[in-house]
Amino acid sequence: MIQSRSLPVEYSHVTSVEGPLLVVRGVDGVGWDEQAVIKLDSGELRHGQVLEVDRDLAVVEMFEGGDGIKPDGVRVAFTGSPIRIPVGEGWMGRVCNGRGDVIDGGPPVMGAEWRNVAGSPINPARRVPPRDPIITGMSAVDGLATLVRGQKLPIFSVGGLPHLELAAQIAAQASVEGSTFRIIFAAMGITNADADLVRDALEERAQRGELALLINLAGDPVVERILVPRLALTIAEHLAFDLGHHVLVVMCDMTSYCEAVREAAAARGEIPGRRGYPGHLYSDLAAVYERCGRLRGRPGSITQLPVLTMPAGDITHPVPDLTGYITEGQLVLSAEMQAQGVYPPFEALSSLSRLMRNGAGPGRTRDDHLPVSAQVFAALARARQARELEEMVGADALSETDQRYLRFASEVNHSMLNQRRDEARSLDDTLDRAWQALAVLPRRELTMLSAQLVDQHLRTEGVVG
Amino acid sequence: MIEASAGKVRRVNGPVVEVTGLKGIAAAELLEVGPERLPGEAIMIREGVVTAQVYAYTGGLAPGAEAHGLGRPLSVALGPGLLGGVFDGTMQSLGDAGEMLSVADRLLPRAGRRWDFQPRARAGDDVAGGTVLGVIQETPAIEHRLLVPPGMRGKLTWIADAGAHSSDEPLATIGTDLRIQFSSNWPVRKPRPVAERLPAGQPLVTGQRVLDLLYPIAKGSTACVPGGFGTGKTMLLQQMAKWSDADVIVYVACGERGNEMADVLDEFPRLVDARSGRSLMDRTVIIANTSNMPVMAREASIYTGVTIAEYFRDMGYHSMVIADSTSRWAEALREFASRTGQLPAEEGYPAALSSNLAAFYERAGYARTLAGAEASVTVIGAVSPPGGDMTEPVTAHTTRFVRSLWSLDRDLAYARHYPAVGWTDSFSRDAERLASWHAARGDPLWGARRERVIALLGESDRLRSVAELIGRTALPDRERVVLLAAELIREAVLQQSALSTNDAYCTPPKQAALMDAVLRVYDRCIDLVRAGVPASLIEGVDLSALARAKDLGGPQDTEAAATAADQLLAQLEAIK
Repeated sequence: MIQSRSLPVEYSHVTSVEGPLLVVRGVDGVGWDEQAVIKLDSGELRHGQVLEVDRDLAVVEMFEGGDGIKPDGVRVAFTGSPIRIPVGEGWMGRVCNGRGDVIDGGPPVMGAEWRNVAGSPINPARRVPPRDPIITGMSAVDGLATLVRGQKLPIFSVGGLPHLELAAQIAAQASVEGSTFRIIFAAMGITNADADLVRDALEERAQRGELALLINLAGDPVVERILVPRLALTIAEHLAFDLGHHVLVVMCDMTSYCEAVREAAAARGEIPGRRGYPGHLYSDLAAVYERCGRLRGRPGSITQLPVLTMPAGDITHPVPDLTGYITEGQLVLSAEMQAQGVYPPFEALSSLSRLMRNGAGPGRTRDDHLPVSAQVFAALARARQARELEEMVGADALSETDQRYLRFASEVNHSMLNQRRDEARSLDDTLDRAWQALAVLPRRELTMLSAQLVDQHLRTEGVVG
Repeated sequence: MIEASAGKVRRVNGPVVEVTGLKGIAAAELLEVGPERLPGEAIMIREGVVTAQVYAYTGGLAPGAEAHGLGRPLSVALGPGLLGGVFDGTMQSLGDAGEMLSVADRLLPRAGRRWDFQPRARAGDDVAGGTVLGVIQETPAIEHRLLVPPGMRGKLTWIADAGAHSSDEPLATIGTDLRIQFSSNWPVRKPRPVAERLPAGQPLVTGQRVLDLLYPIAKGSTACVPGGFGTGKTMLLQQMAKWSDADVIVYVACGERGNEMADVLDEFPRLVDARSGRSLMDRTVIIANTSNMPVMAREASIYTGVTIAEYFRDMGYHSMVIADSTSRWAEALREFASRTGQLPAEEGYPAALSSNLAAFYERAGYARTLAGAEASVTVIGAVSPPGGDMTEPVTAHTTRFVRSLWSLDRDLAYARHYPAVGWTDSFSRDAERLASWHAARGDPLWGARRERVIALLGESDRLRSVAELIGRTALPDRERVVLLAAELIREAVLQQSALSTNDAYCTPPKQAALMDAVLRVYDRCIDLVRAGVPASLIEGVDLSALARAKDLGGPQDTEAAATAADQLLAQLEAIK
């Protein structure tokens, strides 16, 4: 709900409208990055942001685009401040569009305070390293790539895979022990059908007053997508650092977001970089992704779960590549796992939570958590080699050990990673399933687990080592 | 100084601000714009219009706002108080700033600090740039030597007595009017002078086996670490910052993650420097300009970092700058070039990219300081190639200018082989000179052993691709042993766990012991094969004892490796 009230000074000398850009002449005292309100003849209001000021010229980027604007029938006013929104608990349970206007039929959100959506950089010297887990109820994440409070951990997917379902399921069932938890789900450029899916999945949690939903549909203004994560994170920063909640911000689909940034940059005539994306995409993404973490002496945290689709599955595409350089690991989904009927189609060997070693293990999750996950990763890597060998020499020529590794991988995929779309698993259940899979292997292969852990957890009925 | 006339802001486009009416401003001069006095630097002056890059968020800045030239280039204040501190790219202390950074932070008054000063010169002495005037025990690890700033010369007419003095008091007077305080300014883009540059020939021990044994670096040399995301670049650089035997470390987090900084700030104060026995923070200066902080301050940060390193070098220390990542610095250059409409060269980077890179790495060196001491600045720069593309401009140019390249290999990282420094692309141009250094100190075979190991790894890579086609068992016995030996080198020597107390850091004797152990076993295996023992029998021997040896004893331990090798040799004897 960015500001749209009438403002005293209006300018009507618009010299050009090009795509989302509008050039106004004769302005006085208008600052860079200020919010603009554009009033059309019809009474329609549009919103924009000052991209450049040059003497008495202001270049305004309009979130709703320039269609239907007549240069001589439009008035532009400037608010004197950057784009701001109200913040507060009032957002919980609400659904709004990409500009923050509520679309759930209720009254506008009132907030105690209005804040600049661009935020301010967190002082790195005041951060505390993320240390405690979020339990997502998904075995793949909790068991093998634990999400840590204050982390940014993206989901890398490709078109056609159930990443939105996974993100919505995590948003619906994630929890933290002993503290209050809030979720902001920001959807950018998603279809109507997908929006319905998200609404259905999150309805219950929204009704409990723990979740806000921001939706920018595929048919909504493109440039508005640039605003969506900033609105979500501004609300989240207040919930986390002022009110002390642990906040999870899910942002889907970041590829649509980056395309909007590219579109806006192209309209400005910027020199394109790799694949036409502007050279400042890294800084732009960092301005979004770095708005998470924990602060010294404050109880709350912001955790980000951005979702992106890799065009043509290419992990070297600028969107996943730049994201990977900023975020702390990645959860990769693959068509291959999908074809095996595994949900979520989690590609363990390509996935990594860089902060897991700080957020899991003794005192945080379970004592055996880190060695078990290390052992599962090592064994999966070995199983992959065995599978490659099998493709060359045939299953019969594999050694007994290699065959066990193949059975182990299948057990991991189908009994540990695979779960129902409405199933929230406890961490104990997840780790027990990991042990069950490890029991398929000969005991001498479990080199990353201490004898004590193995004795304690391994049920070896019918398995000889 | 003449009060420069005020100018007026004409155009604002993000960090690019154009100002008119600034009389007498020089290129590269510092200026302040707008009511919030945002700091900026004059980059271009064309027909009375000054184009400035501004080191802060310019939201709200409007045409017509006032601007002032400050009459000096972008400079940092150098003096006691740097060690253990955290600063942004323009040297604003982050320790004093609020939770959320704002432009107002830099206008906060700084608390003056008192330092215990011990004079080392006397009134009446003839002094010149580099003369030690006195010392301050800045941290338990480092004695801060207060020098006459470069370029000054004359008779010391007065010097303060020993004791505590505040940072704004004068400490000495040279001639009639040159006053010296704890802190002096130095323009960051200008290298600090030395008496003479000397050839670099002493190893910088990093404690990381793959580097010290295979791709060593000399004190005063340069290295570049290219690696795609997830290859463990930052982890390797942090390991170097923790364990290298440099006296002072300047860690520049240039456009990287905030949480990584939080980790460093959490971990370093608790870690003990192996040599001084003191907290690691006591020898560390951190410049943190994370990716979300103002882009142009990121551009300045690597110069700020290297200037601080030179300052400590001038005191006679071996200092090291670690810049993570220079790609983000180059991107800041590109962003500015794009906004000012400069003609792009490769991939949108300005044409000056390669000369800027060369000039930056050139600030490294082994030198005799103005005070006559031998000291050095070593520069390590990380590069983040987009999409892992090693032909992109920043990586390609940096490779031309550095003396060592530690190329991080995605396949090794994927196999959880850390540090993932690969042996196909990495190089060390210091290796030959360092081999002479080792030879002069009783290890004449150092260079030959290194070359042998690199050759062995290369041969095994070639054999592995053959084995993938025809199967390992189809290889001749000698070649099967080569494969085995290379695996052993990888597991027992090159892989090193940053998380293990015993293994995170490895002293040169332990490094040598591990390598010798592996080579002894390898030589024996070759002998056995020559004597007709089938390779399959040798492959059946459990060699894991040697792979575990690195983790059994502490960083100095040489016993575990020797014992494991003896044990394996006995086992090999038994199969004959």
